[in-house]
Amino acid sequence: MTASSPRPFLRPQSLALVALGGTFGAAAREGLVLSVPDAGHLPWAIVIANLAGAFLLGLLYEALNRSIPGRARGPRLRLLLGTGFCGGFTTYSTLAVGAVALAGWGGGPAAPGLGWAAGYAFGTVLAGALATWCGILAGSRRTDTSAAASPGSNSTGANAGDVR
Amino acid sequence: MSPLVFVALALAGGVGAAARFVVDGLIRTRFKTVFPWATFAINVSGSLALGALTALTAGSVLPVEWSFIAGAGFLGGYTTFSTASYETVRLLAERRYAASLGSAFGTLLVCVAAAALGYWAGSAWTG
Repeated sequence: MTASSPRPFLRPQSLALVALGGTFGAAAREGLVLSVPDAGHLPWAIVIANLAGAFLLGLLYEALNRSIPGRARGPRLRLLLGTGFCGGFTTYSTLAVGAVALAGWGGGPAAPGLGWAAGYAFGTVLAGALATWCGILAGSRRTDTSAAASPGSNSTGANAGDVR
Repeated sequence: MSPLVFVALALAGGVGAAARFVVDGLIRTRFKTVFPWATFAINVSGSLALGALTALTAGSVLPVEWSFIAGAGFLGGYTTFSTASYETVRLLAERRYAASLGSAFGTLLVCVAAAALGYWAGSAWTG
């Protein structure tokens, strides 16, 4: 094994950042599962985690894409908070298995049926796309307002984030 | 849930996230495509595994802690909804409508089918 791998996804520091963020993301999601009370048929804690995580990732990526290029923290924040925390906080496997359980394919006697499964699955995906889009808008607005404060600097944009 | 299981679940989530990062990188370096196949493959394989794991713990083949640590922890951290959703919106913004629709609903349908298949296989194993 060589320490200096050409593949960035095998770099120990990158892996550690993703694992650290993922640990806190999974802990936050399980905290929601333990604290959000059951109401009706739907797993609301997973709905909240997936939609909030989708919003946060949109916000984070948009803000980092627009941040000052010279700043070295960007890629590391992306790994820690994006790939790690948001990725670990949200879950697709629980969504898929939850839909299977709602449909009654898991053999549950009190499963509410295919309509609930479809509503849960498609509803989460549609609302998730909307949440991501809102996050991107929120991330762009944050940086746009500070850029607008210095007129005519749109082409350079080098210190847009410094103006407050 | 005991504090020890909660901590193990969280750490397993971190390991799952790191595993996703590596699998994502391996697939991306081999296949440079418009459609986000890496996220698709990660979410489908994780859904299949969680379906099987859920059936195995429900059938008492595996202790219930497995569904917390390996299921909610590792597989929850391995699969990701936020990245899938971000890729859907990015493809939509790039006017790649077919790829965006496939990323949203193709991923969903195949993941649910994979979870059902995993559950079925796990139940068959349980007997």
